[in-house]
Amino acid sequence: MAEIPIVLILVGLAAYTVLGGADFGAGLWELTARGERGAALRDHTHRSMAPVWEANHVWLIFVLVMAWTCYPEAFSSIVSTLTIPLFVAGVGIILRGSSYALRAGSATPREEGRISLLFAFSSVLTPFALGLVVGGIASNRVPVGNAQGDEITSWFNGTSLLIGVLAVATAAYLAAVYLAADARRMDSEDVAEAFRKRALIAGVVAGILAAAGPFILNSDAPDIYDGLTSGAGLVALLASGAAGVTALALVAKRRYGAARIAAATAVAAIVAGWGLAQQPEILPGLTIDEAAASDTAITAVLIGFAVGLLILVPSLLYLFRLLLSGRFDPATAPWPGPASADEAAASADPNAHSSLRTALITGAVTALGAGITFVSDGPLRSVGVALMLVGAVACFLAVASLDEAESPAVPFPSPEQ
Amino acid sequence: MPLDLIASAFGPVQQEYLLEARQMQAMSFVAHIPLVCFGVAFPALVVFAEWRHHRTGDPVYRTLARRWSKIMLALFAVGVVSGTILSFELGLLWPGFMATFGDVFGLGFTLEGFSFFIEAIFIAIYVYGWDRLPPRTHLLTGIPVILSGITGSFFVIAVNAWMNNPSGFKMENGEAVDIDPWGALFGNSYLAHEMVHMYVAAYIVAGFLLASIYGWQWLKGNRSHYVRTALTISLTAAAVAAPVQLIVGDWAARTVAEEQPIKLASFEDLQETTKGAPFDIPPGIEIPDMLSLLAFHDPNATVTGLDSVPADDRPPVGIVRTSFLTMVAIGSLLAALAAVFLYVRVRKRRLPESRWFWRATIVAGPLSVVALIAGWVTTEVGRQPWVVYGVMRTEDAVTGAGGIPIGYATLAIVYAGVLAAVIWILRRLAARPLAEDAPTATEGAAGG
Repeated sequence: MAEIPIVLILVGLAAYTVLGGADFGAGLWELTARGERGAALRDHTHRSMAPVWEANHVWLIFVLVMAWTCYPEAFSSIVSTLTIPLFVAGVGIILRGSSYALRAGSATPREEGRISLLFAFSSVLTPFALGLVVGGIASNRVPVGNAQGDEITSWFNGTSLLIGVLAVATAAYLAAVYLAADARRMDSEDVAEAFRKRALIAGVVAGILAAAGPFILNSDAPDIYDGLTSGAGLVALLASGAAGVTALALVAKRRYGAARIAAATAVAAIVAGWGLAQQPEILPGLTIDEAAASDTAITAVLIGFAVGLLILVPSLLYLFRLLLSGRFDPATAPWPGPASADEAAASADPNAHSSLRTALITGAVTALGAGITFVSDGPLRSVGVALMLVGAVACFLAVASLDEAESPAVPFPSPEQ
Repeated sequence: MPLDLIASAFGPVQQEYLLEARQMQAMSFVAHIPLVCFGVAFPALVVFAEWRHHRTGDPVYRTLARRWSKIMLALFAVGVVSGTILSFELGLLWPGFMATFGDVFGLGFTLEGFSFFIEAIFIAIYVYGWDRLPPRTHLLTGIPVILSGITGSFFVIAVNAWMNNPSGFKMENGEAVDIDPWGALFGNSYLAHEMVHMYVAAYIVAGFLLASIYGWQWLKGNRSHYVRTALTISLTAAAVAAPVQLIVGDWAARTVAEEQPIKLASFEDLQETTKGAPFDIPPGIEIPDMLSLLAFHDPNATVTGLDSVPADDRPPVGIVRTSFLTMVAIGSLLAALAAVFLYVRVRKRRLPESRWFWRATIVAGPLSVVALIAGWVTTEVGRQPWVVYGVMRTEDAVTGAGGIPIGYATLAIVYAGVLAAVIWILRRLAARPLAEDAPTATEGAAGG
């Protein structure tokens, strides 16, 4: 029981690295997309990411919530020691979300360029800071307790910096592969080629960093090094490396779909390797078993998780199906609407407006419910509240749907107003 | 590592900046809650407008729904990140609280996470799906956005209700044991009124804020069908909600009187336990027996005074009392304004014409936000000095890390920037020509 949540946390972390990572990387590429052609690349990036970034972001929330619910002391030790990088990541997340919102209001290329700069900056900052956090945990620098670790060296160290930089490079690579595939779907071959080139560069950089990793870990985080160079940890490490090389080869051959799967495998394998290398301890001196919340708490979360998945999985599949089938692409022809306003009016329901009587009745129901709520206690009050709320909803529908006395002469304000 | 050692690792720490930590948390909530109102109430108004378009064929409804859905998405984006900051801060600022009780209430946030996920997925489908999905399907994709807005706030409020009225665990050597997360979160007598109070507030805030903006245009002479429709929908929502809120508020106050008597006493600064307690309205009007009547619906009821607990266990009375009175006063004014609107709308089938009504409406939007914040301060500062009422003090929950003032200042600057950005976005979106959101017929022709 104690291990199930940590497996889910690692799965969530892998999903966040792959999906959220592509999102962060897209920001980095906006930084390199300048000038005339840059605008096309930025537009493409924004269009691909805007519908999914919020959903991609939720994985992080999962990881946090699962961690604090199932391993509360370990979570609290980690966040209180690694306060600085976590706070920086938080600020990065605010700036990123804001720049997505700001894009909605930008009108000129100049404005859009500035917003893009903010977006790019925060897109690099956030995964880097989160990588520092992972490095602090992996190199045993978080002791159990409220802010017991060093405020600075817990995240300013070789392992943290390695993982921070690697996180940015991986994000850049994942994003470029994703965007190349997306561009090809939209038949923008030159955009696809531009991102293919970027994917190859980022892939090679990420590969070099990953190859340098063992040397840094050997001196800075010997426990993780031992775990990753023996037994199951070694298998995971080698699998990750092999998948990474395969992904790069697939990008070179322009087989982006397969490349994404291979890249995701590489990320998943290294996250799994970390988990295998670190177990059975979650923090120095604290095993997973000792850190775990009681079975009742974990069971409750797992039940909630299972029920949630039943709703989430079909929803997520629906979103990705619409997205990957190109339904939201600008080139897709819009769904045919009514040919003219007259046709639309003809299809309208003649009883579309509510009557005065309905409005008064629903108002009376609301008032009755309010009266019962006011004078009673216990179960009767619940009846009153229910009646009041149902009445209020019905009353809104009725009052807002009343026909207007005056005829709607001017549908829209004239331009000069 | 033995369990008691783990627990003692989260004992009280020295934290010079406890007040700053609380203010930082409060600032983050103040930034987030108005956005929550839009997350909860706005989807329903947008979907209502689209539904009216389907029913009546009137293109204005569709233009309005499209226009509003873009604003909804922008506000949702900001709400996503300000909400994320809150979950970061729970750990960053209050590790003692999380270490001890994370397993008791974490279930609520797990479920909230799923709600939020569903909301994020369908809000994207809805907003990017205009003209890309069959009309009926598009309308239906709005429904999960409404529902997940309700469930998301439900789960978060379940946690807050638990903090105010904790149950579902036992304390043993500073550790929560024998925990029952389902009972703690959902078997709580505080949950229902807090939820309904917040939910109704969301409609008041979203409705009046929208009405403020369109009311301004009305006063400037824009009586177009578009502006009238926007005003009708937003004002009707707020006007139905505002009187209901008075009754819900009474219900909330009566529950607080039973479960958190000290919080209630600080609403009225009642020092001594009194039978037939009076109610003071500043400046200096005293209504005999009124507090007893309000809190227990009985003029002779005994109301517990502040002096029944040591001074250390009392909340900062001045802040709580001021917030409470502010909330009640604004709430009552909004309900009066709502009554005027409903009367004219139902009797005369039009919008009110008095300039004073529109001036009041323009003020009502910002005032409703003030009432919202005041209500939140009432319940959360009224909970002090406890983070978990009667069980854990806020000072025992705080982090031992340094640098709180730096974090506070940084976040204040960032949020000021975000506020400026939100205003800029809204102005920009409002300035776009309505033709951009006009019906498909013309768009199809232009695109084809």
